[in-house]
Amino acid sequence: MSALGSAIAAEWVKVRSVRSTVITLGLFAAVALGLSWMVARAFDPGGPADDAILPVSFGLLTGQLVLVTFAVATVGSEFSTGTIRASLAAVPSRGRLFAAKMTAVGLTVGAAALIVESAVFALVRFTIGDGAAPLTEWWTIEVLLGGWIHLTLLSVFTAAVAVMVRSTVIALSVLLPILFLSSQGLGNVEAIKPVAQYLPDQVGMVIMHMTVPGDPQFGRDYSAWGGIGILVLWTAAALAAAWWSMRRRDA
Amino acid sequence: MIEIHELTKRYRQKAAVDGLSFTVEPGRVTGFLGPNGAGKSTTIRMALGLDRPTSGRALIDGRPYAELERPLTRVGALLEADAVHPSRSAFNHLLWLAKTNGLPTSRVREVLDETGLADVAGKTARTFSLGMRQRLGVAAALLGDPDVLILDEPVNGLDPEGVIWIRNLVKRLAAEGRTVLVSSHLMAEMALTAEHLVVIGRGRLLADTSTEEFIAANSGSTLEEAFMRLTGASVEFQGGGGR
Repeated sequence: MSALGSAIAAEWVKVRSVRSTVITLGLFAAVALGLSWMVARAFDPGGPADDAILPVSFGLLTGQLVLVTFAVATVGSEFSTGTIRASLAAVPSRGRLFAAKMTAVGLTVGAAALIVESAVFALVRFTIGDGAAPLTEWWTIEVLLGGWIHLTLLSVFTAAVAVMVRSTVIALSVLLPILFLSSQGLGNVEAIKPVAQYLPDQVGMVIMHMTVPGDPQFGRDYSAWGGIGILVLWTAAALAAAWWSMRRRDA
Repeated sequence: MIEIHELTKRYRQKAAVDGLSFTVEPGRVTGFLGPNGAGKSTTIRMALGLDRPTSGRALIDGRPYAELERPLTRVGALLEADAVHPSRSAFNHLLWLAKTNGLPTSRVREVLDETGLADVAGKTARTFSLGMRQRLGVAAALLGDPDVLILDEPVNGLDPEGVIWIRNLVKRLAAEGRTVLVSSHLMAEMALTAEHLVVIGRGRLLADTSTEEFIAANSGSTLEEAFMRLTGASVEFQGGGGR
């Protein structure tokens, strides 16, 4: 196995061997499924056809808070427990260790998001029954595919932030209030919307059809896939900054 | 062999390690002595490529640690014993380490046996006593069957049985021809274990000599007295240097 492959295999052992992985990913599934089910039960079939996909978006966008906690805790625990020194002694190439870590987190989150999203979609279809979102519509595919990309990239973004600040607690303290709680509202406040709407969690709302471009209050200045592009840039920037931080700092 | 050349580490203006040079030869236990805060751990972290030296070099068999391929097969290190994820089992802790360097799972079982942890391999590190965590740290150091071993304060927190176990282990490893560097602030322990001593204070080399000569040269009846005489002037609590 290549040196990078070995490092990724080791990171995967780390991910699967702690109980917090099972707990956080289980909670992610529970929150997403539970909320989507409740919203689906209250679904009013009188509105536009693509409203039928919204219960899926609601559950996943709320569940992402837990998914992010998993991503941040997986990376942050290396620093809080001090195992980062053992990791760097075993894998002295910091770029390789960082790449392995981000790959393991990204693959785990990507797989979890795919499974949970499929389950949520199936549950919502079953709950709504007639009038449920069909897989043949582009807006259904856009929400599912775009939502999956959004959840995965956003988690990698936050994992990179955790490497930068080298702490689970600090990373969550910064990310949860600013990115996830306030900005939901901030993105709609006229005075700061020109800036706040580009925050990483905001861009996901468009691809998930929670808002549409041009809506006077909740609209955004970019298209759905433009939003994904913005998230790609955020993630790339965070990865570059985290890699740089890891290279130059003492362990 | 470990070679330290003019190694210096400064935190702002304060030097934790200051122009330190010494060589650790194979086939004997070298004690790395100094009061707390003398710069032992900083030196070791630089030798392992964890901290970047302000100047100078640390070489393992002629190469910087960071350039070693599969470094666990060349150097085994025991750093802080509590640096284990509390909810990961001993087996899985060693397994991820083994995976990084492409070592077989059978090696994990061997070092668990060797360190007496086989029966608690499936238990999480949270349930371990400090002595068991030290054994786990030693197991990690032995995983790659390395020729060079660097153990930072290995007897810290051990009960008498554990102390004797470490003492015999390091002597055996040296007798097998390996390079063994053991840091400690416990002089009495080093007198029983080390044949050679590197003594530092305030980041500077104070002595690099055999244990016998060290005691004789400092006209003390015990290593402890000789050590106190030598380091008496250099004990100072430094900010930033010690961890």
